[in-house]
Amino acid sequence: MTDLNKIRNFSIVAHIDHGKSTLADRLIQETGTVAGRDMKEQLLDSMDIERERGITIKANTVRIDYQADDGEKYVLNLIDTPGHVDFAYEVSRSMRAVEGSLLVVDSTQGVEAQTLANVYHAIDADHEIVPVLNKIDLPASDCDRVAEQIEDVIGIDATDAIQVSAKTGQGIHETLEAIVTHLPAPTGTLDAPLKAMLVDSWYDSYLGVIVLVRIMDGVLKKGDRIRMMQNGSIHHVDRIGVFRPQMEMITELGPGEIGFLTASIKQVRDTRVGDTITHEKKPCETPLEGFKPSQPVVFCGLFPVDSAEFEDLRDAIEKLALNDASFSHEMETSAALGFGFRCGFLGLLHLEVIRDRIEREYNIELITTAPSVIYHIYMRDGSMIELHNPADMPDLTHVDHLEEPRIKATILVPDEYLGDVLKLCQDRRGIQEDLTYAGSRAMVVYDLPLNEVVFDFYDRLKSVTKGYASFDYQMIGYRQDYLVKMSILVNDEPVDALSTMVHRDRAEMRGRAMVEKLKDLIPRHMFKIPIQAAIGGKVIARETLSAMRKDVTAKCYGGDMTRKKKLLEKQKAGKKKMRQFGKVDIPQEAFISALKLDN
Amino acid sequence: MPSPNWSRAVLPDDWQQGGFGLYLHWPFCQAKCPYCDFNSHVAQHIDQTRWLNAYLAEIDRYAAQTRGRILTSVFFGGGTPSLMDPDVVAAIIARIKSHWPTANDFEITLEANPTSVEAGRFSGYAQAGVSRVSMGIQSLNNRDLQKLGRRHTVEEAYKAFDIARNHFDRVSFDLIYARQDQTLPEWKRELTQALDLAIDHLSLYQLTIEQGTAFGDRYAIGKLRGLPADSLAADMYDATQDICGAAGLSAYEVSNHAKDGAESRHNLIYWRYGDFIGIGPGAHGRLTQNGIRYATDTVHNPAIWLAQAEEHGGELSRTAIDPVDQAGEYLMMGLRLSEGIDTDRYAALAGEGLDPQSLQHLQDIGMIEALGRRIQTTPKGRLLLNAVLETLLAG
Repeated sequence: MTDLNKIRNFSIVAHIDHGKSTLADRLIQETGTVAGRDMKEQLLDSMDIERERGITIKANTVRIDYQADDGEKYVLNLIDTPGHVDFAYEVSRSMRAVEGSLLVVDSTQGVEAQTLANVYHAIDADHEIVPVLNKIDLPASDCDRVAEQIEDVIGIDATDAIQVSAKTGQGIHETLEAIVTHLPAPTGTLDAPLKAMLVDSWYDSYLGVIVLVRIMDGVLKKGDRIRMMQNGSIHHVDRIGVFRPQMEMITELGPGEIGFLTASIKQVRDTRVGDTITHEKKPCETPLEGFKPSQPVVFCGLFPVDSAEFEDLRDAIEKLALNDASFSHEMETSAALGFGFRCGFLGLLHLEVIRDRIEREYNIELITTAPSVIYHIYMRDGSMIELHNPADMPDLTHVDHLEEPRIKATILVPDEYLGDVLKLCQDRRGIQEDLTYAGSRAMVVYDLPLNEVVFDFYDRLKSVTKGYASFDYQMIGYRQDYLVKMSILVNDEPVDALSTMVHRDRAEMRGRAMVEKLKDLIPRHMFKIPIQAAIGGKVIARETLSAMRKDVTAKCYGGDMTRKKKLLEKQKAGKKKMRQFGKVDIPQEAFISALKLDN
Repeated sequence: MPSPNWSRAVLPDDWQQGGFGLYLHWPFCQAKCPYCDFNSHVAQHIDQTRWLNAYLAEIDRYAAQTRGRILTSVFFGGGTPSLMDPDVVAAIIARIKSHWPTANDFEITLEANPTSVEAGRFSGYAQAGVSRVSMGIQSLNNRDLQKLGRRHTVEEAYKAFDIARNHFDRVSFDLIYARQDQTLPEWKRELTQALDLAIDHLSLYQLTIEQGTAFGDRYAIGKLRGLPADSLAADMYDATQDICGAAGLSAYEVSNHAKDGAESRHNLIYWRYGDFIGIGPGAHGRLTQNGIRYATDTVHNPAIWLAQAEEHGGELSRTAIDPVDQAGEYLMMGLRLSEGIDTDRYAALAGEGLDPQSLQHLQDIGMIEALGRRIQTTPKGRLLLNAVLETLLAG
């Protein structure tokens, strides 16, 4: 057990690419927590997808022993949090388990929208915040300007900001000292009944569910019988340990400490993040204030390309859901795509991550249908239906009106791109709420419909600002608007998986864009194929894909038979990547690509 | 209990519906043409006696396996078989005739280049028993002949054609079209000129860029320009059907046109999915033995094949073809012919008929026609044969 005064618990707040993971790596390396030969980049990001995309998805922790300049030995617990807006809920709850934050800002870039969103989580959690200006080794580094920006935009004192190059190691020692001297030690009572926060949990195929805990009061020991206060379940603790960042088993955790326990728990769903853990026999009186469970906001269909792989997909989805309570799924049947799942995600990145993991870790090729949000449909009889899938849109004669989810989007952008950003938001039916300047950067706040953002808004934003804009959002509720279901007909047959909800005023434009895109995406067939967009029975856009004219081998004699047959078999294999609708083969990528708007 | 295949075993061998031929490959050319992906080699010295003995040994070997069969045809292909000594050709034909009884319309074709040197050997070939020559004229335009790497001129080709006409009952020639920078009116003119010759058979191939050829290499680096787009190539194909049809040489296969009765008997064996022996480097065969149809092949390298043929036989491998795959091959080859395929024959091989929905769809969009037991591709369908086959085989 560690003396409370010698513990410092902290997280790192940063925008993506501002060097959070590299800084964490440096802190771990500098203190000798990991031997040099075991160092690899982004130590805390354990998933391949995290390393590849350079992002953190799940919160990770590491316990660092540090011999400070005052001669004392300290235990530093770092909780590394995701930077992306989709995983904001992970950030906010991780923040509640620690007392301070390092605010890392790239000194060549400045404050970004995600920095803002995450630093507000830290402020909400009453954190002591130490500003760190990273990448000072780069020529474009401008510490004075960025420090000023931190004060202007965020409103915290940046005079003592530490200047760091996580790359060269400069300022790392100063950072460790600041953690010890600037951040408060945790508080807690050793002899009080056990009160521990369930910070996170995940499934491990060897150990079962691993529960990350922060001890508030009391002591948790191996062999204890514990109670989860919200769901009342009782478990026997069979392991206690800390991350360095590999697991290291210990026998007990005291107040202020962060570590993990295992207790033969089978499913992540049995552990509710934010729950309070106490002893069965001698419980604490009041539980901690829990967290709001995260809600999926983006939905799409996932279907196996090869329909024979449906059971494999079910297996993969159930396994992933074991470890990710924020991801919902239910079986779906599509006339066009057969059996699959309608899945709910926290955002688009979350969707992409889950999809990539299914394709990669379970080797199942997927067709992903157009992402959708939840619409509230108010029926004439006064009832309300939640619509997750445009294909399920009820008959309009029974519908009174529709409401759609809106978000408040905060965008920070260098002023030379401001015009493009305003145009983009305007095109996406946005309502401007605020526009302020901090130096040469503008901060715009827009009220936007989520369905306009869910698909390719972020890609478009990056492209019109050459990557200089940053973006964050929060849900602000539902509002009525004139929304209609737009169907796509290929060769006169509706393709349910291509149906989308659109605003009536924008339906013609979207319809035209979609049929034009589909004309390029669908290969030519032996016959010409009309591609139409329609609202109800009314066609609003049409293209015709002309027939292919020549596809034959000029010479085929006795010696060519074997070779020619192989060629045909290859073509057949290529066709498996397509789905047949009536007599038309549609390539799997078409279901997503058709929706991408180029303007 | 008889096995499910029992009923198939008592049917007459399927190959009998396509005939029985012998293909003999002469692998040498004087120069390699830039578009050609056939197994051809340029050699300084060729010991024709040694080659003759190897061919004879192979003929003897296959004869022992096919006793009692009636031979439909022989085809000397290449390479350039018109580089063979007429005495060698004569000895081969004599040996073949000594082994197999021949059909009433027995045909012996030899591929020939239209140079004056080769035309000088035509009378020798005719005396040896060759009844049909197939000449690689390729173009009636000297500029394009040069581009195609041919070693003859149009004038030479005309002379060689006249000589051939005097020596052989049947003469065919090849033209390559949809060439670089060729226009539709140019091709129409050239084809009309070709049809003015006293001709009863024409092979008209659209230029295909094959990997591993000089054209293929140039194409891969973007240096082969002026190739027609598919729409122009399709227009040229359509014009070809019209012009040849009007001249009485309608297409009996994707790229082959003939007056009635002048079709290549030998090539019909391939398309009607008969049996054929393949002798020589790179030659393939289909051979039915005890009710099982085999695919045979050989090594491509001429020197290695020669040594193997002398030592223990030139066959590299013999692989049994599953009846379902045989059905696929029959379909793939048979639908090239305007006469089409016999659906009962297909079903007997495949164990089931073609998917009725796919057939109906292909009829609806004008790709095939069904006439009783037969299905045939339309001219439009023949030009899209790969897509048609894909639909039928996927069904």
